[in-house]
Amino acid sequence: MGDGGVFLFVIALLPFIGALVPGVMIRAGRNACATFTAVPTALALILLMLLAPAVLRGEVIEAELVWLPQLGLSASFFLDGLGLLFAAMILGVGLLITLYARFYLSGDDPMGQFYTYLLLFQGAMLGIVLSNNILLLLIFWELTSLSSFLLIGYWKHLPEGRRGARMALAVTGGGGLAMIGGMLILGNIAGSYNLTDILASGEAIRASEWYLPALILILIGAFTKSAQFPFHFWLPHAMAAPTPVSAYLHSATMVKAGVFLLARMWPALAGTDAWFYLVATTGLVTMVIGAVIALFKDDLKALLAFSTVSHLGLLTMLLGFGTPAAAVAAVFHVINHLTFKAALFMIAGIVDHETHTRDIKRLGGLARLMPVTAVIGTVAALSMAGIPLFNGFVSKEMMLEEAAHTAWFENPWIVPALATLGALFSVAYSFRFIVHVFGGPVRDDYPRQPHDPPAGMYLAPALLAVIVVLIGVMPFLAEPVVAAAVSAVTGTEMSPYLKLWHGLTPALWLSIIAVLGGAVLLWLHRPLARAWDAAPRPEAKAIFDAIMGAAVRLSRMISETLHDGVLSRYLAIMVAASVALGAIAWSGGGLAAPTRTPLPVPPVVAVGWVLLIVATASVVITHRHRFQSLVIISIIGLMISVGFVYLSAPDLALTQISVETVTIILLLLALHFLPKQTPVESSPARRLRDGLLALAAGGGVGAVAYAFLLRDVDAISDYHLANSYEGGGGTNVVNVILVDFRGFDTYGEIIVLGIAGFVIYALTEALLNGTASRRLRQIEYEPDRSRDRHPLMMVIATRVMMPIAVVVGVYIFLRGHNQPGGGFVAGLVISIALLMQYMASGFAWAQARRKFEYHSLIGSGVVIAGLTGAGAWLAGKPFLTSAFGYVHFPPIEEFELATAMLFDLGVFLAVLGAVMLMLHSLSRLARHAGETVNLEPMDFDPRTRAEAEADGKGG
Amino acid sequence: MNHWIIAPIILPALLAPLIGFVMRHDMPLARSFSLAGSVALVALAAGLVSLAAGGETMVYRLGDWPAPYGIVLVLDRLSALMILLTSLLGLIVLVHAVATGWDARGRHFHALFQFQLMGIVGAFLTGDVFNLFVFFEILLIASYGLMIHGGGRDRMRAGLQYVVINLVGSTLFLFALGVLYASTGSLNIADLALRVAEIPIEEAALVRLAAMLLMIVFAIKAAIFPIHFWLPGAYGNAPAPVAALFAIMTKVGAYAIIRIHTTIFGPETAATDGLAGTWLFAGAIVTIAIGAFGVLGARRLMPLIAFTVVGSMGTLMLGVAAFSPEATTATLYYLVHSTLAAAALFLAADLVLTRRENGALTAQPVTVQHGLFAALFFGAAIGVAGMPPLSGFLGKLLLLDALRAPGQIGWAWSAILLGSLFTIVGLARAGSILFWKSTAVEPPEPVEGEAAAPAARALEVAPTMAALAMLAGLAVFAGPLANYLDGAAAQLFDRAGYAGAVLGLEAGE
Repeated sequence: MGDGGVFLFVIALLPFIGALVPGVMIRAGRNACATFTAVPTALALILLMLLAPAVLRGEVIEAELVWLPQLGLSASFFLDGLGLLFAAMILGVGLLITLYARFYLSGDDPMGQFYTYLLLFQGAMLGIVLSNNILLLLIFWELTSLSSFLLIGYWKHLPEGRRGARMALAVTGGGGLAMIGGMLILGNIAGSYNLTDILASGEAIRASEWYLPALILILIGAFTKSAQFPFHFWLPHAMAAPTPVSAYLHSATMVKAGVFLLARMWPALAGTDAWFYLVATTGLVTMVIGAVIALFKDDLKALLAFSTVSHLGLLTMLLGFGTPAAAVAAVFHVINHLTFKAALFMIAGIVDHETHTRDIKRLGGLARLMPVTAVIGTVAALSMAGIPLFNGFVSKEMMLEEAAHTAWFENPWIVPALATLGALFSVAYSFRFIVHVFGGPVRDDYPRQPHDPPAGMYLAPALLAVIVVLIGVMPFLAEPVVAAAVSAVTGTEMSPYLKLWHGLTPALWLSIIAVLGGAVLLWLHRPLARAWDAAPRPEAKAIFDAIMGAAVRLSRMISETLHDGVLSRYLAIMVAASVALGAIAWSGGGLAAPTRTPLPVPPVVAVGWVLLIVATASVVITHRHRFQSLVIISIIGLMISVGFVYLSAPDLALTQISVETVTIILLLLALHFLPKQTPVESSPARRLRDGLLALAAGGGVGAVAYAFLLRDVDAISDYHLANSYEGGGGTNVVNVILVDFRGFDTYGEIIVLGIAGFVIYALTEALLNGTASRRLRQIEYEPDRSRDRHPLMMVIATRVMMPIAVVVGVYIFLRGHNQPGGGFVAGLVISIALLMQYMASGFAWAQARRKFEYHSLIGSGVVIAGLTGAGAWLAGKPFLTSAFGYVHFPPIEEFELATAMLFDLGVFLAVLGAVMLMLHSLSRLARHAGETVNLEPMDFDPRTRAEAEADGKGG
Repeated sequence: MNHWIIAPIILPALLAPLIGFVMRHDMPLARSFSLAGSVALVALAAGLVSLAAGGETMVYRLGDWPAPYGIVLVLDRLSALMILLTSLLGLIVLVHAVATGWDARGRHFHALFQFQLMGIVGAFLTGDVFNLFVFFEILLIASYGLMIHGGGRDRMRAGLQYVVINLVGSTLFLFALGVLYASTGSLNIADLALRVAEIPIEEAALVRLAAMLLMIVFAIKAAIFPIHFWLPGAYGNAPAPVAALFAIMTKVGAYAIIRIHTTIFGPETAATDGLAGTWLFAGAIVTIAIGAFGVLGARRLMPLIAFTVVGSMGTLMLGVAAFSPEATTATLYYLVHSTLAAAALFLAADLVLTRRENGALTAQPVTVQHGLFAALFFGAAIGVAGMPPLSGFLGKLLLLDALRAPGQIGWAWSAILLGSLFTIVGLARAGSILFWKSTAVEPPEPVEGEAAAPAARALEVAPTMAALAMLAGLAVFAGPLANYLDGAAAQLFDRAGYAGAVLGLEAGE
């Protein structure tokens, strides 16, 4: 990388760095803002000019930084003739636009924002033309879509601006996405994403079977950007942007990006029939359609917009011809189009600025009122028309010359005829621009009395007009630049000879026809326009809007039908998918032969099994009666516990039964606040569907369970059995697994319980503060409920039970390591005992006698378990490594102390805390619902009654 | 054994209960500890990444029991990366929640938040499938608490759907683990890999079923069609910072598929060869479509963003379904990107929505700091849509580049590119209504006694900006990151190396 290479990075970066400046400098005033915007652009231009001599000599300046080698993406830039031409255009016109915009934007427009967007856009464009890596080029390509979105939508309060911006983004962004595909394929064929490599392997690319897909995808990208038919419609709507934006985007930059890409890819992609027919035809059609429509547009900017479409078609067509001579014409016309079109846009902006209208029908006679503007506009428009001595003439001649000897499907006259037609309309609308705006008598009904703008505003177009004339008279001035660019496009050294007079060639005759025909058309404009307005024609914008509207509606329909918020449907789909996919997976493999034989079924087990089935079926039938089904569910839980006992799993049975008890009690309490019946909401058909699904899923689960129960497998549990006492210090393997082998799981599960407690608490809080609160307050209790809410018998019984239950809990806790039990069960047992107190005497009464907070129970439980685990670190062992020893305090027998017990204590506390916090939350709901708070242990206390009676007697 | 490996689980696990019971009455105290914990978590995670970057697969045997009999945690490049991502996201979201006061709109926010982080980090670290289930439970229950934080009818309803569907998923998970244990006799991932590899296809019905069911379970978390239905409602109604944190939750599902279905049921496993990939691929394509339609058809901003998450999960899953090291590099890059991008968009949306009348995509009077919010939204939208200059574009290019197999290219490319187009158009539509069209609406007369929405303080905006800065950083430092990810993918596909490290085979035990 030479010095030039470093410059290249600086040039590419300058606009982006510069983009930070205007937003800040606007605080120093509008002049400062504009000046500071011009600095990075000017600096980049100067650097570019320093590199220009070498490039014009035929050198290629390169610079590369590794970025993402895995993808083949590098920050790699190069500057050749084509890049130089475009970079100079982008920066040069950028400077002029900066100047022009300073005077164009009104005081209400946020100028800092404008210049920021402009510089971002300029940087993106510059990146495209300098990239030597097609992935990098894609990045800049998409950046132009984004930054142009901001520029077009700059006047955000105007609906046209917003719509135009979105349309441009949808079309050019969509094209960019297609181009991503094309570029990736192209890189794959060439084996590199480096542009230089790709351009060098043109033959391999054109011979590849992937050539056509790549070509089509890349062309979609180029055509959308360059507004080629049928993607041309976004460009006129982008005219809602402020005029400096239009002048920049639609003369020198954005739309030229597509043309640039065609030129850049020319050595790799051009030269095939597919290229010719796709590119040249699209260009030709676009040129004619654009020119025709332009003639009938009354909005100055719309006229220019369609003329731009037409000229872009012309350029595309030339590149599509695939001949070096056509490429020369294309490159030369790029320069010429830039000069006159940028000037014309600025003139249109000046007219709009001064008269407050862009409607041609309301204009005319401005030549007298705005002489300077009129001169510049006329020069530029004559060039656009292709009149000799203006630069447009020279390149248009070259275009017609190429068209004249191009056959389309062996038809020799159709291309020249259509090209001439396009040129003819081009002349007509150019003349119209001159005659209908500047010509004619001065009117007295302009929205605002016009006069020439301040010099700052017409300086830029004036400069461009001078270039128009200079090149027009002395075309050879452009020769070195065109030569360098064309050499880069075609990949071969070329030295074109640009001249004004080519002799009496066919092209000249075609030109004369075009000019004369154009004049006639303008003369006939009024009747023609009337016919045009009357003629039915497809409006691209209407079609686009209809498509977009339909897409939104369709998307909304699909999305809202799918996500209708019906939980049962979601679950049905989920179950169905699981069953179907499970069946598919299952059927792909076989089953080993069974290694076990089923045990005989004793009658007792059969009865239990039938009970289980009947109870389950009953839940399905009675599920609308919530209380009843809860009772039946408890039967199911009980049967499962019995099953565990029968299958010698007392630990599980103990846990199951206490979990059942706690959950059923809590559910009972919760049911209190819910309707007692579930309303019928499902149709019989849906119930049938759900029933079938449930049968399939349940049957499947049963079958699979049966399948694996018949087969032995060498499992890790053998190790647990063997090492429980020696390694874990406990003879109860289940407990040792829970607190030691897999203590980390248990640690996680108590955290789950703790979180559940917290969540329920938070949920209650949210409910009480929310809309549900009002409904809760209006809850109507059923009239048949007992008035003796805290019956004497229950109060007494639970009081007696309390110490017993606590002793049992402690016992279960202590024996856990060796016998069925443990902290989890113990926690549940004690919470059941406490639950009973609360149920017997009411929450408030029990609450008043509570000595500890539930939050702290949960918290300390989890913390104790965690710290116990972390204690192992002190011994240099991993988390949760247990230690145990045997101690002997006389007179108690020798007993074991294990760190696992401390961990189990944590489990115990967390379980107890979580259950109690849930109860606490439920009781808060109850109190909110108007449940009276009792301060007495029972509603009817016989003692008080006896006293009362005694008092009564005494009294 | 390096005790730092377990530190990112234990830190929030100890902090959360302390916040929950000691500090629950004092918000500043809870905030300070929660923030300090999150900062420490980032530091721990960064340390673990530098530890893992060496390429060694490090094992932490809980309770000092040898694998596969006890539970192990496994730190490799992949898990370290995921933890770092989680911790960074956690910190960003937490600062946002604290700065905007979201954390005070309900109870126990900070305790639940720390528990949530613990669950996510644990899921990334564990080397045991049942322990993975436990961490799934932790993150599910904590996320439910966070989701309904602040209450409100719609949120409660969406929360119920979320928790019900995920509980059904947990049941399925448990059942799948039962089948897996019954057919292999182990729960340790490395051990399972060895055991499953030995099962011939003739005896593979059970283990294939387990593989498929596990995939479904993880796909529920990852919100892949047809089990994605919970996501739009849940994310669309959750508090925005929580939705931002949830950006990592879907990735837990994706991570689990990457881990389990590569290590245990990976390529070249006779019993399950190609099973997961085929179905995931199909599901991913439809998921992208659903995301695209949802984005374009959305009526409110939050569901719109939720649907972009759906679409990005589809895109991500296309890469996962390829089950190749190259695609994994691309997938992981996109995973990191899409997590931060979704979070950025949710946070940016929150700043706007809390100052608007409602979340509907209609023109409403502009808010304070209109330009700032518009810029943040624009930046985050660029990230989500996968446009340059942020990292999404590179992620998408990497994915497209990796999905070139003859059977994939047509579907995958069309889905990704068309999905992007829909997302771009949908986001442009939303942004244009929110930030452009709204400027044309007359601001309402200020109501007496009703203060206008206050301007956002620097601290409120900083998290969104940090997320955007990270997206830019991902793009700029894509090369070094991809190097790390290449290493992660190679390590992931080195199944023998994983099994050797976990089971201590090379030590000859």
